[in-house]
Amino acid sequence: MANESTSQSLLKRHAKIERNATLLLVLAFVVVTIGGIVEIAPLFYLQNTIEKVAGVRPYSPLELLGRQIYVREGCYVCHSQMIRPMRDEVERYGHYSLAAESMYDRPFQWGSKRTGPDLARVGGRYSDEWHADHMEDPRALVPESVMPAYPWLAETKLDFKYVADHLRANRVLGVPYSDEMVAMAVTDIHAQVDPDHEEAEALLERYPGAQQRNFDGRDKITELDAMIAYMQMLGTLVDFSTYDAQANAR
Amino acid sequence: MAVPERDELTGTETTQHEWDGITELDTPLPRWWLWTFYITIIWGIGYTIAYPAWPLVTSATEGVLGYSSRMQLAETIEAHEASRQEITQRVGKADFSEIEADTELDDFAQAGGAAIFRTYCSQCHGAGGAGAPGYPNLRDDDWLWGGAHEDIYLTIRNGIRWAENEETRDSAMPAFGADEILDDAQIAAVADHALSLSGAGEASAEGAEIYAENCAACHGDNGEGVRELGGPKLSDGIWLYGGEREDVIRTITYSRAGAMPSWDTRLTEAEIKQVTHYVHSRAAGE
Repeated sequence: MANESTSQSLLKRHAKIERNATLLLVLAFVVVTIGGIVEIAPLFYLQNTIEKVAGVRPYSPLELLGRQIYVREGCYVCHSQMIRPMRDEVERYGHYSLAAESMYDRPFQWGSKRTGPDLARVGGRYSDEWHADHMEDPRALVPESVMPAYPWLAETKLDFKYVADHLRANRVLGVPYSDEMVAMAVTDIHAQVDPDHEEAEALLERYPGAQQRNFDGRDKITELDAMIAYMQMLGTLVDFSTYDAQANAR
Repeated sequence: MAVPERDELTGTETTQHEWDGITELDTPLPRWWLWTFYITIIWGIGYTIAYPAWPLVTSATEGVLGYSSRMQLAETIEAHEASRQEITQRVGKADFSEIEADTELDDFAQAGGAAIFRTYCSQCHGAGGAGAPGYPNLRDDDWLWGGAHEDIYLTIRNGIRWAENEETRDSAMPAFGADEILDDAQIAAVADHALSLSGAGEASAEGAEIYAENCAACHGDNGEGVRELGGPKLSDGIWLYGGEREDVIRTITYSRAGAMPSWDTRLTEAEIKQVTHYVHSRAAGE
């Protein structure tokens, strides 16, 4: 039968691949490559995966350093920063996260597991004092909390000698920091913790919507300042009263 | 191609590989398994037609079912809102005495308010509303900004010392020590006087004089508080930042300025009313 002989010959050829390790390796690589290209490459050009949203800007130097402390302390192990489009999440945490909101995250802080609550929109939800007290001793405020205490943040002076290099490194990775932003990085840190600073307005022009105040209430610029500055801006950049969900439906 | 060999015992074809007289059977896959496999392939193709899948030039195929996770969410929320629209509207329109009088509205506002309280308020005020040092207890009779329904409502809506809200409640106490208005001895004396207002410290003429000059305008001549100015009551023995002598001295030296977010941007009118009703009823507010 013709049919049987075709399948027989296919089987024969398959046997050839199975007996030649190099050929198997090469062909397996080709198959995986095709699968990878089909799944990954479109994400770089499809309109709805590279949606730009008004308001999203690179992190200010202080926020960026706060973010690095967040990563250093492993906050992402328990806290995700990704609100999924589901009613329970939206009611608890706020508007679902947009891809554009983490477009300047290097690396991103999404997550698939939460021990603590999602932090994608924690900005403005608590007072600065609350954050300071909560880092010092979480259980003083939330008795049932299992979060470790981070008392050293308040005591450790923020090391921002090399902050301009951090901005440059992010620029290499595609974050649009201008030459001016890099040059003014150290000044911008001083300006963000002091609303009376002479560069305070210039900072706002460089980073619209940046919050300026003494975040931890202490005289020194501490790691806690950077951390709270980062916490308080999370999820606040996009104005959802003007965001058109219908136009961006998917 | 060699003629297929069949094993005598099983009648199955062999692969014609033989080792020491043992031949390998080429048993075909069970039909049920093979067909299930084919069906999953067909199902997979159908799935990519029904749902968004294939990447094209600028966008992906939308799928014939028109599924969208964001639209599905919008529909879910809409359906949920619609299911309780009637009672939500009634809560929105009713004033607080009407909510209290109507069992149905009361039940709804209590349950809804409790859920909102656990989500947004408990992190500072505690799951039971008992507060923590620096974060007011909502179960007692001391109301910094007023314990009537309307007062609680305004506090929740506009927050306290919350810069983003223009109508926020605001008051500022001078840092008498840090700003060198009073020296250490004067602060100690006035701290004792402040404690004596609730019967906890030794009153002195010096302390009383400093109090009258510096504190009475906001806290009242006898520590009864001036709510319109945001001056807390000092005569009730309830201390937000601790009632030990050191605590009071620290408060006078550095001042205190607790902040509460305004919730008008996160909660709807009806939700603020529900949580107001809940907070008021838990503490038998004013």
